[in-house]
Amino acid sequence: MSKATSIWEKLGFRKASGVSEAGWGQTLFAGIISLIYFLPVLLIIITSFKLQTEALSIPPKFMPTNLFGLIPDAYVFSPTLENYTSVFSRAMTSGGVAENTGFDRYFFNSIMIASVSVLLALVIGTLAAFGFSRYPLKGNDTYLFVILTTRMLPAIVVIIPIILMFRVTGLSGSYLGIIMLYTAFNLPFTIWMMKSFFDELSLDVEDAARLDGSSGLKVFFKICLPQVLAGLAATFVFGLILTWNEFLFALLLTGIDTRTVPVAMSQAVAGGGIGVLWGLLAAIETLFLIPVFFVTFFLQDHLLRGVTFGTVKR
Amino acid sequence: MSTIELKQATKKYGDFVAARDVDLSVKKGEVVCLLGPSGCGKTTTLRMIAGLERITSGEVIVAGQRMNDLPPEKRDIAMVFQFYALYPALTVGENIAMPLHHEKISATEMKSRVDKVAEILHLGSVLNRLPGQVSEGEKQRVAVARAIVRDPNCFLFDEPLSRLDVELRHSMRGQIKQVLANLSKATVIVTHDQLEALTMADRIAIMKDGIIEQVGTPHEVFAKPANVFVGSFIGTPQMNLVEAKLSKFEKGKASINFNGQDIEITTNERVGKLNSPKITIGIRPRAFTAESKASNENIQAVAELIEPMGAETLVHARTKGGNDIRVVVPRENRVKVGEALHLRPDPAQTHVFGENGKAVRL
Repeated sequence: MSKATSIWEKLGFRKASGVSEAGWGQTLFAGIISLIYFLPVLLIIITSFKLQTEALSIPPKFMPTNLFGLIPDAYVFSPTLENYTSVFSRAMTSGGVAENTGFDRYFFNSIMIASVSVLLALVIGTLAAFGFSRYPLKGNDTYLFVILTTRMLPAIVVIIPIILMFRVTGLSGSYLGIIMLYTAFNLPFTIWMMKSFFDELSLDVEDAARLDGSSGLKVFFKICLPQVLAGLAATFVFGLILTWNEFLFALLLTGIDTRTVPVAMSQAVAGGGIGVLWGLLAAIETLFLIPVFFVTFFLQDHLLRGVTFGTVKR
Repeated sequence: MSTIELKQATKKYGDFVAARDVDLSVKKGEVVCLLGPSGCGKTTTLRMIAGLERITSGEVIVAGQRMNDLPPEKRDIAMVFQFYALYPALTVGENIAMPLHHEKISATEMKSRVDKVAEILHLGSVLNRLPGQVSEGEKQRVAVARAIVRDPNCFLFDEPLSRLDVELRHSMRGQIKQVLANLSKATVIVTHDQLEALTMADRIAIMKDGIIEQVGTPHEVFAKPANVFVGSFIGTPQMNLVEAKLSKFEKGKASINFNGQDIEITTNERVGKLNSPKITIGIRPRAFTAESKASNENIQAVAELIEPMGAETLVHARTKGGNDIRVVVPRENRVKVGEALHLRPDPAQTHVFGENGKAVRL
């Protein structure tokens, strides 16, 4: 047997070491539940290849092929890439010339704004978390609590003061503004997550490093940080997903140039007269899914270790 | 001149005093064990030397330099931690090399020094593994290797063997002792295991409640315990400590009332000058000779429980006065439960402690 990790093993088809594997019944049960969870995503992906008429047909056409006549034609649609091309360029009026929809820009905005703000929050939050964990202030827990209160209200409640702040400072519609806002909103979560990871580390290891001649900064970068990589990955992915899908602040605080995909999507699919353009919507959503899907997929080993923090000690 | 010197070193956490007025000096090439029950302040004392705890008052002097305000990284002290404290993200080799990064030496020299200590501690085959992938005994040796790879002012060991199984502990004890002998540095070892202290130390400092009770060679602390605590803490089976009353002292012989039974024990002159007749008699279980007849120089007792220990037999006996005492007799001495014993204590091994718990000696 080869030792290399196959794609199947990466997807989770592997034997967990040290525990007996679940039986077929349990596996099947888990499979059905997973399918129910995954069904909306699956339907979106399928719909993105359908024309508007097929997207709305009843009974639903869910197969892209009749499998050599096995599936009745009523359930079969003819797959098309038209939705995907019209994400980026299409005629805005009936019979008009195809023009750029600006979605390349919006995708760039989403990727840039989300990654910059999540990374920024990760840097600031990790430093803050280390401080809270190792050099507690008087009333440390109160500070941590106050930090968390900023996330206790729904966004819609705090949006008005924030809009006013943005107006006054002129940050409305700028990259800087939305990045700062997302960074601030990711910070509480990042600080709490990272603090719990730092709390789990053995202090002896840091003492040892100090005796071996490392100063405070070196201890942090060379000893502590490598031990919380899994935590960093987990925090990054969770923050990224939250920020990537954020709609309300983006709707109200970004301008035409700085618009993110969720906002642009909501505006693009209103088909004017003919109802929601489901095929187009599905295509945008599918494209929108890809970046986060891949980031999560490649970090999943870290994620699993990250969210089971503290289980292996010494 | 001493390499490590603690002068009246005290550590307080709020109102709690973890270590009080600790005076300790360790010479170059000397191994001193801090021995005591858990929570007695021995690890705190070690961490005060290392600089991991700031002392509240007193002085820490290492290699002739006052270290009170120096952070640990500036003290040039190597320490082995109880839980090894290996860097989990670095390989065994990198772990050992870590302290060398702060000495300005070439990569080749670094490698040769790592290889050298790896050879001494038989770690050559695991240098490329991560700490999580090696055995408990190997982890322990990595921790030692990381300490001895450089040339520090002194070595500190915090319960170095406590996590190893008995067999491994035995062999590591020997190995560490040998390594330390070759290095000839001032070394402080913290342990709660008296066997470890007795075998490894040149001198032992016995601590209780943050105070050093006695410092002496393994022989001294065993043969001449300074007080009741040291007497009871050192030696297995435990020393018999019986409260008694001094009734008379004549010509070097003390008449002692042992809960009703009077016995005469030859002892030193200072016992006669005690102010209070209330004393505690300490006799080690191996310091008795069983005699055939009762006399006023032996203790009458009845065997209650017999525990064979292989070469010897441990007998739990009850004296006439109702005190429980432990006696170790040779295996050939087939003592039976209920048998009357006439136990003559060896005067040279009979310790008299005054009312304040301190040993009364010349």
